[in-house]
Parts: sequence; structure tokens; C-alpha cells
Amino acid sequence: MTDTLALQLEGITKRFGSLTANDGVSLSVKQGEVLALLGENGAGKSTLVSILFGHYVADAGRITVYGQALPPGRPDAALAAGVGMVHQHFTLADNMSVLDNVMVGTQSLWRLASGRKPARQRLIELGQRFGLGVDPDARVGSLSVGEKQRVEILKALYRGARILILDEPTAVLTPQEVDGLFTTLRGFVAEGLAVIFISHKLDEVMAVSQRVAVLRQGKLVAERDTASTNAAELAELMVGRKVVMPRVQSAEPRAQAAPVVTLSQVTVSNSQGGAPLLDAADLIVHTHEIVAIAGVAGNGQQALVSVLNGLRQPDDGTIRLGPDHAAAPRTPAGWTAAGVGRIPEDRHHEGVIGDSPLWENAIIEDLNDKRFTRLGMVRAQAGRAYARELSKQFDVRAASLDVRTRSLSGGNMQKLILGRTLARQPRLIVADQPTWGLDIGAVAYVREQLLAARERGAGILLVSEDLEEIFALADRIAVMCGGKIIAVKPVAEWTPASVGLAMTGAVPA
Amino acid sequence: MNLYLERRTEASRTALLLAPLAAIVFTLLICALLVAWAGAPVGQTYALLFDGAFGSRFALSETLTRATPLMLTGLACAVAFRARFYNIGAEGQLYLGALAAVAVGGMHDGVGFDLPVPVLFAGMMIAAALAGALLLLIPALLKTRLGVDEVVTTLLGNFIVLLFVSMMLDGIMKDPMAMGWPQSVALNPDLEFGKLIAKTRAHTGLLWALGLAVALWLINRYTVFGLQMRAVGANAHASRFVGLPVTRVMLGTAMLSGALAGLAGAIEVAGRTSYVTLDMSPGYGYTGVVVAMLAGLHPLGVVVASIFVAGMLVGADSMSRAIAVPNYIADVIVAASLLSMLVATLFAQYRLRRKQA
Repeated sequence: MTDTLALQLEGITKRFGSLTANDGVSLSVKQGEVLALLGENGAGKSTLVSILFGHYVADAGRITVYGQALPPGRPDAALAAGVGMVHQHFTLADNMSVLDNVMVGTQSLWRLASGRKPARQRLIELGQRFGLGVDPDARVGSLSVGEKQRVEILKALYRGARILILDEPTAVLTPQEVDGLFTTLRGFVAEGLAVIFISHKLDEVMAVSQRVAVLRQGKLVAERDTASTNAAELAELMVGRKVVMPRVQSAEPRAQAAPVVTLSQVTVSNSQGGAPLLDAADLIVHTHEIVAIAGVAGNGQQALVSVLNGLRQPDDGTIRLGPDHAAAPRTPAGWTAAGVGRIPEDRHHEGVIGDSPLWENAIIEDLNDKRFTRLGMVRAQAGRAYARELSKQFDVRAASLDVRTRSLSGGNMQKLILGRTLARQPRLIVADQPTWGLDIGAVAYVREQLLAARERGAGILLVSEDLEEIFALADRIAVMCGGKIIAVKPVAEWTPASVGLAMTGAVPA
Repeated sequence: MNLYLERRTEASRTALLLAPLAAIVFTLLICALLVAWAGAPVGQTYALLFDGAFGSRFALSETLTRATPLMLTGLACAVAFRARFYNIGAEGQLYLGALAAVAVGGMHDGVGFDLPVPVLFAGMMIAAALAGALLLLIPALLKTRLGVDEVVTTLLGNFIVLLFVSMMLDGIMKDPMAMGWPQSVALNPDLEFGKLIAKTRAHTGLLWALGLAVALWLINRYTVFGLQMRAVGANAHASRFVGLPVTRVMLGTAMLSGALAGLAGAIEVAGRTSYVTLDMSPGYGYTGVVVAMLAGLHPLGVVVASIFVAGMLVGADSMSRAIAVPNYIADVIVAASLLSMLVATLFAQYRLRRKQA
């Protein structure tokens, strides 16, 4: 392994208005090493790589790739210098073949010969060399998520990437696929490539990197050799203080537990044709219980949640509420009225009306409530008083009750939604990725509130892609794959490995 | 070009308020070039234009007369656009409203319906509002049920309505005294609006338009329906999630918009023309789109914007009689002000930055 510097960032600073996203960040990556870029959401990781890749122009600082200065704001120059980027959200055309996706944009429009043959040869070679086997003629739309990611990586390699940047690459993978990816990355560095691995998951950082750079509020706060640090230290560096994550205390089933929702053979068909989105799901959530749904994104969780928050009607099967098996309502408003609290996955575009003021979003689920409206008029004073109380109780920090809700931070927005939902003391809570994208402090707060609701007697259906969270909160875990519920068992009968296996569809014994 | 747009972290209220002013100033600057090109002195031309629009009692009365229907079609567009329902059919709704007004309040067989005047008046206004509302309900249902684009259906619907009106004017609503002119029977004179300014054409229909603008502003601000309209317009998906009756709000908004445009037709007939003719509106429905945009979709802004646009149209007429600049300059000003407004709104929300090399 050589000590050649592959990439050097010096004093990168980027401001958006009054926000300093990157504050004098200096970093270097050597040939043949994996550097993990660790930081919470909003710490400035994405901004930094966007600058590196030429999507943004830094206000100050310079970038050198293998000793050559990189002109700012030019993605083409970054590509030519050998910087390859694998985005969290794939940039592939589903209706084209793997080969076409890899070749697109690499060829001069003026050349008549297509050059497919040599391209194909090169793609197969690359695949063999790095253990990234994919059929060049397969349609990308028919590939699994893990395979699509391989195509993204191959695309970068095909273009001659010597520095590979992976932005949260494990978010969409099963634990087994993550292991595969890590093997691939180790192969890369053995071949002399440099890898920047962006993540906020500590165990992954510990597993794959040689060095770790920690960003907090736009500043580089620490650089460590992975071998000489540990997850606890990294967590503290990332957050800036010690954080205790709440977890469920006793997972023993309670004697007096009664069902709050009962799903039997619930099916949601796929309007595009093909396998149903939700396939004959049977599930019961009891009082005093958190049932966590584990699964790789896109395996029917969305369909399950949508029939439980009223956005969709099941095409088959029945949903019953409460111990007396009342029929399920047919509209979102009906679900709210039936005592179901709903926390949506997409808080910005589903949970609140971003353009409306904070106080209107606090009462928007209660427009039929005599407290807030009378004879078709909004009782603004009562609404504001309620919003003020809610903000205080759930620690929503905002400049005023009249700020546009979109200007709230993710954590404050989620606390507003959480408050609006929990204040009505729901018997069932459908929480879809409630901590996704939040900083650790807010994550701890949300978990605490969910556990408190469970203590109070609520039944909670928790959808999460974070196994750590699932094991911290769940009484029972249900694993989904391909629209089916593969297995439901108490948390004590699962291990992360067995959950990972079930996520691929293997039914555990 | 090394320039790019960056979203402002917080679009300032002052910037959004100043945007229409900046747009109008910019428009007048551009149009000054055209005036100079026509060989006329720019200063004098604009002086004549503004004099012809606001400079005398007569000029002002003409401007207000022209502003009345624009105010209503402007409100119709503003309320619909706010809910992201792009009603381009105010022209058709205006004509159908006018036709409905005459159908109820016209002198059929020389006498009309034998009802007390207040009842007849109420019937006339309700019929016009309903006609516009129901007409717009068709594209609204097509949109909410089948996802058909309302811009296409409302725009093309205008031509169907005009043909329908033409058929009525040549058929059962033909004025037998009109010597073959395509014109409807006259409105009952008892139903006509009084004069707002003596010996001019300005009529009390303006007060209706002003009242409706204020009412709309109050609805937006203080009622549950207003809150729902704003929410659905801003984010229909989230509105559905939090349990608002999205489809009902959409249909209600569309009917409100159509009703306002329909009333524009009735108020034109009862205030100015006394008949329905095929040229009673010089595109008020389309100009309403410009008015709404200039107003930033705010009901009270519509009042100001409609008077400005009407002033340009009226002022240009009188200016062109005095100086060798064709009155088409008014259309250019109105069109250019719409484009400038769109750019000005963009700059209120984004800032132009230069990439450092």
C-alpha cells in the first residue's frame, strides 16, 4: 500500500444564506484506503461531496486530485479526474439495459460506430475483477436493489473512477448485501482505489473503514484511525455529547393485553400489474405493545401503512379495530376519529402543509372539533393557544406560531407531528420511519415518546429500516419481503442475522 | 454563462410585495422602446396614456367600468389558481353567466317573467353564478375523477360555449327587434344597475366586485373552507393525509371560481350592455389570468391589478387618438407585464449568483 494522496480538500467553506454548511473543512484520502465520513443529518456531509463532485461551488477552499487542482463547479472535470459518485438514490434508467446505462454519456455524439462490443467486453472484465457480476443485457428495472447498486458502482468504474464516493450506500441493503458490499470495497482498496464512505451508522463505519473523519455542524471535529477508536467515542464525537438511547425495558407479554388492530388476509394489489404490493397479511397489534416491521425498503411496508392510515382501501381481507373488532374506517379523517395516530414517513410532504403556519398544522386534524371551529369559522385564538401549549409540551422550537411550517428543522417538524398525534391519546399508533433523518437528540426524544405511549397502553406499529432501532424498541418483530409478512415473533427469538435472513424471504424455522 | 439561481432561504414579504411594482416599471421601460420605435415622444405618450386612464372624471369612470368585469374574472382565476386548479375558462363562464342572466331577467316576448323586481334580481344573479359554477364543475370532475388536465378542458371549453351562445342568439333567445344582428333579447330595464358616477358608464356593479373581493379575502383568512383551500392548494397529498376532504374542497373551489366568472357576465349585462352579444367581452376571461398573476393571487391585490390593467387598456385608446401610437400598445403592456411579473416573482424567491471561476 502506497502513501500517495488521492484527494485533498483544503479549507472548504460553503454558506447558504446564514447557514454555514461547511466551515473550513480540510481532508485527505490516500490511495488504497477507505475513509469514512461520519456525521449526523445536516452535519454537512452531502454538501461536502456535492462540492467535490462539482454540483456546488465552494465559497472558499481548494480541491486537488492526484496533485492536480480540480476546477470548481464542473462535474465533467471531476469525472475526468477520476472521481466517481454512487448516489443514495440511483441515477439509472429502468427501461434500459445494464450496458446502455453504463455507456450512456460516455460516448461522443458524433461517432458513428457504437462501440458496444468493446464496452461490453470492458464491463464484463470489470465485473470479474471486482466480483460485481451483473448480466450486461438485463433490463435495469428487473434488477434487485443490491444489483442496481452494483450497476451504479460499475458505471463509476467504467468511467475510470479512481476515487469512489458512496453516499449512504447501505440504506437500501439487507445485512447480507451490506457484507457483500464491504467485501467489494475491500477489493477496491486492495487494487489501489480510494473510497469515501459516507454514513451515520457507526457499526458499518467500524467494519469497513481505515480512517474516520467526523463532521459536526459543518466543521471537521475529529479524524481517527478506525483501529484506535470505538463506536462509543465516535458517537460522542458525532453528537458532541453523550446520548443515552432509550430502549424498551421489559418485553414480556402482558396478561391483560387486548388487540387494538387485527389484520386478516389483507391484500393490496399492484395497479401496475404483477405481484400484489401486500400479500394476504395477517397481523395483530395489542395494547402495551410495539410491533416493528423490518424489511428492505420497498417490500410492502408502504402498502401496509397506507391501509392503516386510510390512504388506501385493501383490495381483499379485513381490518378490525379494538377488542370488539369494529369495522375499519374508510378515510384518513375516519382513522383519526377512530383513535388512530398516524406518523407519516415523509414528514415534509405528507405530515404537514409546509406553506401553512405552524399553528394551523397543529390543529389541521381537528377541523371538525368544536374547540377550533364554529359555524365554519376558524377559532384562531383557541387554535393558537392550543399550538402554543403543544409546542411547549413537545418541545417544538420555532420563532413564532406563525412561521411557515417548512422552515422548521426536521426534528422540530417531527415533534410537531408527534405532539399533534399523541395529544389525542391514540389507542393505535402507526409510525412509519419516525426517526428517519433526525439528529440523535431528536431520535432519542421520539423513541422516548413512543415508549411512553406504549406504557400508557397504546399499541404501536413501527416501520423502520434501522435494525438497531427495531431491536431497541420492539416487543415483537414482523419481517416483510415481497409484500408478504414472512414471520412474526417476539424480539427474544430474533437475532439481527436471522432478521436479515428473513428479509431476503427465507422463512425461519 | 457562469450564473445560476439559488433559492432564498426565506422569501421576504417586502420582496414579494415589491415584485408587481418592479414588474410594471420594467414593462413600461420595455414598452418605451416600442413607443420610441413608433417615432413618438416617450414621455408625452405615457403622459397621454395615464391621463386617458386616470386624468379626468370621465377617464376614471371608463377605467372603472372596464375594471369591473376584470376584477371578477381576476378573482375567479386567483381563487382557482391558489388551489392549483388552473381555470383558463373564465371567458366561457362569463358568457354563460351573461346568457343565464338574460334567460331569467330578459324581456322574453317583450315582457319577461312576471315577478317582483328583487326576486327577479336575485334570480338573475344566482342563475349567472350557478351557470358559471356548473360549467366549471365539468372540467373539475374530469380532473378529480379521471385526472384530465383542466388547462386543456377549460381553454377548449371556451370555444364550445361561444358556439353555444351563438346558437342561442340565433335561436330561442334572439332579439326580434335587432334586424338580424346576433343579439339576445334585452334585459328587463328594472334589473339594470344604477350609475355610480352620473352621466358616465360607471355602474354599481363595481361595488359588487369590490364586495366580493373583500368577501373572498375574509373567507380565505377566517373560515375553515379558506384554510382548507390554502392547504389543498399548497399540498394536496399532505391535505389528504391529515384528513381534509380534498376532492370536495377542489370541487368547491372550482365552483366558487366559476360562479365569480359567471357573475362577471351578469354584471356586464346588467351594468353596461343590456344584451348578450358575441363581442361583449374583449377577452376579459383571459385578461383575468394576467390580473390574478399581477395580484399575486391575493383577492385585494386583484382590485388594484384590475384597475391598473383596465387603465392601460382605456388610456391607450385615448392616447392613440392623440398621437401616432396604435392602441395595441395596451395589449403589449398587459402581456409584457404578465411576463415581467413571472420573472419578478422568481427573483423574489431566488437570487441570481455568479459562479466563481
